[in-house]
Amino acid sequence: MGAWQSYRLRLQRKRWLIRAFRKRRELRCVADRTDRIRPSDLIVFCTARNEGVRLPWFLKFYRNMGVNHFVMVDNDSTDGSLDYLARQDDVSVWHTRGSYKRSRFGMDWINWLLRKYGDGHWVLVVDPDELFLYPFCDTRPLRALTDWLDASSIKSFSAMLLDMYPKGRLDAQPYKAGQDPLEIASWFDAGNYSVKRNARFGNLWIQGGPRARVFFPDQPERAPALNKVPLVKWDRRYTYVSSTHMLLPRGLNLVYDEWGGEKASGLLLHTKFLDTFNAKAEEELARKQHYAGSTEYIAYADGIRDNPDLWCKWSEKYINWRQLEILGLMSKGNWA
Amino acid sequence: MSVGIIMLVHTAFDRAEQVARHWANAGCPVVIHVDEKVSKKTFSAFSQALSDLPQVLFSRRHRCDWGTWGLVAASQDAAELMLESFIDVRHVYLTSGSCLPLRPVEELIDYLDARPHTDFIESATTADVPWTVGGLDHERFTLYFPFSWRQNRYLFDRLVEVQRWLHVTRRIPKGVVPHMGSQWWCLTRHTLSSILTSPQRRRHERYFKRVWIPDESYFQSLARLHSRNIESRSLTLSKFDFQGKPHIFYDDHLQLLRRSDCFVARKIWRHAGCLYQAFLNHPESAANRQEPNPGKIDRIFAKAVDRRTRGRAGLYMQSRFPNFGWENGMTAARYSVFQGFAELFQDFEPWLSRATGAQVHGHIFAPERAEFAGGQRVLNGALSDNAALRDWNHKAFLTNLIWNTRGARQCFQFGPHDSPHVMWDMARDPNAQISVISGAWAVPLFRSGGDFAALRAEAAALQKAEHQLLDQLRSPEAKARIRIWTMAEFIEAPMEPLQMIIDEIGQKEPRRFAEAPIIQDLTGFGRFLQNLKNQGMHPYLMGDFPVEPAPRPSASPAHKPYLVKN
Repeated sequence: MGAWQSYRLRLQRKRWLIRAFRKRRELRCVADRTDRIRPSDLIVFCTARNEGVRLPWFLKFYRNMGVNHFVMVDNDSTDGSLDYLARQDDVSVWHTRGSYKRSRFGMDWINWLLRKYGDGHWVLVVDPDELFLYPFCDTRPLRALTDWLDASSIKSFSAMLLDMYPKGRLDAQPYKAGQDPLEIASWFDAGNYSVKRNARFGNLWIQGGPRARVFFPDQPERAPALNKVPLVKWDRRYTYVSSTHMLLPRGLNLVYDEWGGEKASGLLLHTKFLDTFNAKAEEELARKQHYAGSTEYIAYADGIRDNPDLWCKWSEKYINWRQLEILGLMSKGNWA
Repeated sequence: MSVGIIMLVHTAFDRAEQVARHWANAGCPVVIHVDEKVSKKTFSAFSQALSDLPQVLFSRRHRCDWGTWGLVAASQDAAELMLESFIDVRHVYLTSGSCLPLRPVEELIDYLDARPHTDFIESATTADVPWTVGGLDHERFTLYFPFSWRQNRYLFDRLVEVQRWLHVTRRIPKGVVPHMGSQWWCLTRHTLSSILTSPQRRRHERYFKRVWIPDESYFQSLARLHSRNIESRSLTLSKFDFQGKPHIFYDDHLQLLRRSDCFVARKIWRHAGCLYQAFLNHPESAANRQEPNPGKIDRIFAKAVDRRTRGRAGLYMQSRFPNFGWENGMTAARYSVFQGFAELFQDFEPWLSRATGAQVHGHIFAPERAEFAGGQRVLNGALSDNAALRDWNHKAFLTNLIWNTRGARQCFQFGPHDSPHVMWDMARDPNAQISVISGAWAVPLFRSGGDFAALRAEAAALQKAEHQLLDQLRSPEAKARIRIWTMAEFIEAPMEPLQMIIDEIGQKEPRRFAEAPIIQDLTGFGRFLQNLKNQGMHPYLMGDFPVEPAPRPSASPAHKPYLVKN
């Protein structure tokens, strides 16, 4: 990479930081408990809209993992999730009526909060329907991973999005608050992922899974990206570029090995496909607040009408992280 | 007589205190060195916490950075203090704050009592071991290293280059043969005091202060001068990864550590409560097992390093995306590609499946869809047969297919109709076995008997496409197992090449096949080719076919099928 391109990326990084600074005014603090954040704390950053039914499990899941604090942005929910979040001891929550789309799908808000509260911490940036999984997560807390990453001088950790879905119609099994969504959405596609390299930002571009298979068979280039880097030892100069798919400076995107080896990586189990999905898709379609003119949701709406079953004969049923590591979806790397 | 413990501590003071207490309660004197970088407040709190134990002393503090002399100076001072203060100490064991004793301390004492003159220190000459990280083995003893490898890598590397260029060679002190090894040793009073009181000590220090990573070589080299009996191994179980950083032990390693029978392990994660609980409160006696046996742990960590450096062949994923040439196997397993066989033989696919037991697909790169075995629309790993998805990343489709079906040999058909780009990837893949009967695409044309003008155009297009495929297969970069026959050549003696291919697939016991595939009726094929020629389209890929062929065994369906007798 030449000096010129390097400089342009630097400008771009500055631009996102300035934009985040401007967008901070859209945020109104509802519960500020950030004074309880200790220097070594692990923090989850998250934007949510009408995800009230998922929040109890979401918080429980990450608390069990050893996360100490949650920094949440509530994008004008109407289901009471703001009150629910404000009542939690370890949650700081901001409210905004701002446009999700015009804040670059929440990233401007999150970039600002990351800059303000994430500096020097290991931060995990996830959506309410994403459950983070890493090697040995059943026996070692998240801090074991971050300590190991620190000791290995690794600053960012990859976790591909793995779409989970139920067997049968999406609305066949209703999801109740506090329930483990993996009890319902327990199936996934094990081996139909396409990996390409993005020369500009140095990240991998991964597509595939049930969404490509069912909703985008005819326009695979538009299938959603699945590569994510949600766990980062944050520095105030860093910024996410597009969702958590890629970061600047671009060295943080080098979460893969190019010389034949495997780096350690995890997964984000994406439990979007529950009975709540149809309503969500319709609402998002009406709001048109999603990426690329909500093509994803347009494709869903069509796909859902035709055939609401994402399950196929070769779907795998989720057991544990070891299964996913054997299948080659994640890796222990040299962590043993 | 007992063993004295030196602990080098710089962090996790709560754990260090626990371990120091454990040693002291078992009757071992302990000398603790605390890194000078640690704040006064933390230090005094730590020493205060251990002040109730008279046999725990603190030695003079040095600044300890990775691979610097400070670590050696700290060990020297602590060892001197130990030897002076505790007269009955016979062995001195150097440990760190993140070490954990795995067996009861009495067992260590007994073990050392049984070997009163043995020094346990890993110590090998650089010429004989490939341990070094960073490419410096002997040179670490003959060059100067004023810059830190960790903080100033650029200057470090440049200075090494300059010194190499200038042929700088430091003189190694007379009598010293540089050795290196694990820094966690257990030396006898005799050896240690010989090193520390040697008249040469200043000279040796002056030399080793400028050596790279002296903590791995100072005692290791000098012990060779003074020891009466060296056991070149460390009593501390300590494994290193490919970057030279120690592997860390967690709660889930409990059983592994128990079964290792090692005396001390490092490095323990400071929050591994179960390990500290288990080994400090209820250390299990190893009963009849005496010698440390870290074999199983070795294997696990060796595998981890291998995964990090070589990875799983044929896997492309979020954290493994090798550059071209670094795949260590482009695909996960061997597979076979057949071009022209399904066209020439009737029911070739079922026959091949019976003969080899492999999974036989149709044209998986066909323009309409991937023709998976048995007409399946989705294959292992939820791989879709959709052509657009496949062609969006055909290489990923191929590598996914082979990865998903590991354990079952894959065979598939290919031809000039199919999306051609993937052939280049297959040709360079040593796992591919590619067999081509060139020109066999003409058989379906010949048999279709459609409009001749259309046939002619199609034949021309197919011939051109196949010609390009063959060019790729004949490239010097091609690494696959490639065999190409012209069709004329092949039907002269079809069974021999077939047998060869099947044997190479080697799924079943090598034997002659009981049934042979039936060649399509080719009566009139020569005339068909001649007609193409007459139209100005010269088919050359199938070899020379006579216009009116001499009678062939397989020429007519009325004959009995050609069989090879066993």
